[in-house]
Amino acid sequence: MKGIVYALIVALALTMLMPFLWMLSSSLKPQSEIFRLPPAVIPPHPSLDNFRRLFEQTPFALNLFNTAYIATAFTLLALFLCSLGGFAFAKYRFPGREALFLVLLGSLVIPFEVTMVPLYVLYQRIGWIDTHWPLLIPGTANAFGIFFMRQIIRGVPDELIDTARIDGAGEFRIFTRVIVPVVTPALTSLGIIFFMSSWNSFLWPLVLLRSSQRLTAAVAVARLQGSIYAPYDLILAGSVLLTLPLIVVFLILQKRFIEGIMAGAVKA
Amino acid sequence: MAYAQEHAHSQPASRTLVRAAGFVRRYWAPYLFVSPFFLMFAAFMLYPVLFSLVLSFHEWNGVGPMVWRGLDNYARLAHDQAFIQSFINSAIIFVMYVPAMTALALVLAALLNSAYLRARALWRAAIFLPYVTAVVAVGFTFALLFDRDFGLLNLVLVAVGLPKVDWLLLPALARLSVSTLVTWRWLGYNMVIMLGGLQNIPGELYEAATIDGAGVLRSFLSITIPLMRPVILFAVVLSTIGTFSLFTEPYVLFQGTSGAGPARATLTPVLHLYHNAFGFLKFGYASAIAYVYFGVLFVLTALQWKLFGRDGG
Repeated sequence: MKGIVYALIVALALTMLMPFLWMLSSSLKPQSEIFRLPPAVIPPHPSLDNFRRLFEQTPFALNLFNTAYIATAFTLLALFLCSLGGFAFAKYRFPGREALFLVLLGSLVIPFEVTMVPLYVLYQRIGWIDTHWPLLIPGTANAFGIFFMRQIIRGVPDELIDTARIDGAGEFRIFTRVIVPVVTPALTSLGIIFFMSSWNSFLWPLVLLRSSQRLTAAVAVARLQGSIYAPYDLILAGSVLLTLPLIVVFLILQKRFIEGIMAGAVKA
Repeated sequence: MAYAQEHAHSQPASRTLVRAAGFVRRYWAPYLFVSPFFLMFAAFMLYPVLFSLVLSFHEWNGVGPMVWRGLDNYARLAHDQAFIQSFINSAIIFVMYVPAMTALALVLAALLNSAYLRARALWRAAIFLPYVTAVVAVGFTFALLFDRDFGLLNLVLVAVGLPKVDWLLLPALARLSVSTLVTWRWLGYNMVIMLGGLQNIPGELYEAATIDGAGVLRSFLSITIPLMRPVILFAVVLSTIGTFSLFTEPYVLFQGTSGAGPARATLTPVLHLYHNAFGFLKFGYASAIAYVYFGVLFVLTALQWKLFGRDGG
């Protein structure tokens, strides 16, 4: 019995990993070998030529840089604003707190798709089309993150805050010196979720970005495909470069990541 | 008299001022700290949601004047075959993968939560890994795997003596391809949600059941499933929303048809919205699509909570 269960779980794990291996292996083959029968699992003449041509023929290095800096800036700003908001809802009493919190939770119901067309029009008016601003600013102070951080910061003992206040610390100083150090693990968990969603976002950058230098890597990979001809050699090289950084981040921060997903789900 | 009147008026006014100053001194911090959210909420959510409602009663291409059309856009939706098809497609895709994926996720979570297997962290990581990856990147790899002549999937079929299949050309199989990609990517996420839920079930319950002579299967059916109902429901609600808002998966697998697929088999409501808004620049009509989509999702989610939530069932 146990043998069968092991066989099944190994088969499943291999199935989950197989597309990555196929992507990686094919990205090292020339186009003619990607489409050859029977296909070689290990490329007979592995070469980084596809990657070289991708960087030479398209501004993919810049696209990758765009994705990386947008994801980093978005994550840092979002972590700051969400923990600040979560701190206020967790540790302050102020008139209208409950009502404001209800509005915050209510905003979770609104699907992004309903706001897409008016936002596009708005961005057109303020000159944000084909810029990175819509991917950097809106959504940084978001309901999920504030709710998540509120739950965490509620667990911070009030005495810590009171002691700091008696020592003469200002409100913002209490936030940076008392709260942030204690909730760093939770910030890491939340940060990976933000980073990943920004890195992988596709629909909105696809709609908003035009010039090839300003594209994010995900949109740049999709744009490689022409209407008739699909240069799979370049597409797969781009796919590997788009996937690999996140896999590395995941492998390093795996525990925090999975904790974040669990916590987010249990709390919601 | 004049002095007294003036004085009587100025006194409360200054008191109000003092009180206001005290209020600001006392509460400035929390209001300042939550203000980024509410400013962004107003600008990037509330305003667009209201503007979208107004737009849905108009005809507009984004540049010319907006023309009032009343309920015309909504009336046209009722006859829009592609629009109706998009909801049917999502429903079919939902049936294709959600029950199977949810059940598999629960079983895997139960398995990885017990001491039954070794190297549990390894299996968990392998199954979760697809969730981390960009859909665009794996979408193209899947398109390659599904390829009729050179795809690995058909090579396996041929190797075991079955005929080749047109995964991406037949409507039913096109939906199955999308379902496969979605399942592959989201199985681990669902499993982790379930794992989180399982860790809240006290172990004594299982011990007691074992003492009473219940086997593994019995314990799973009479302890795990009932206690996990809220978590399972949460996962299914997320999958429902996810299925109706599918975009990138069909878009990448069927880029030749902008995601619509063979005979529009993989057209989802969000793809239809995208085509109308940013392909045909029908901003009013697209807004009507967005509102009906919102309404349908709202009703579906509410129904699921009502039927399978704490009080129902």
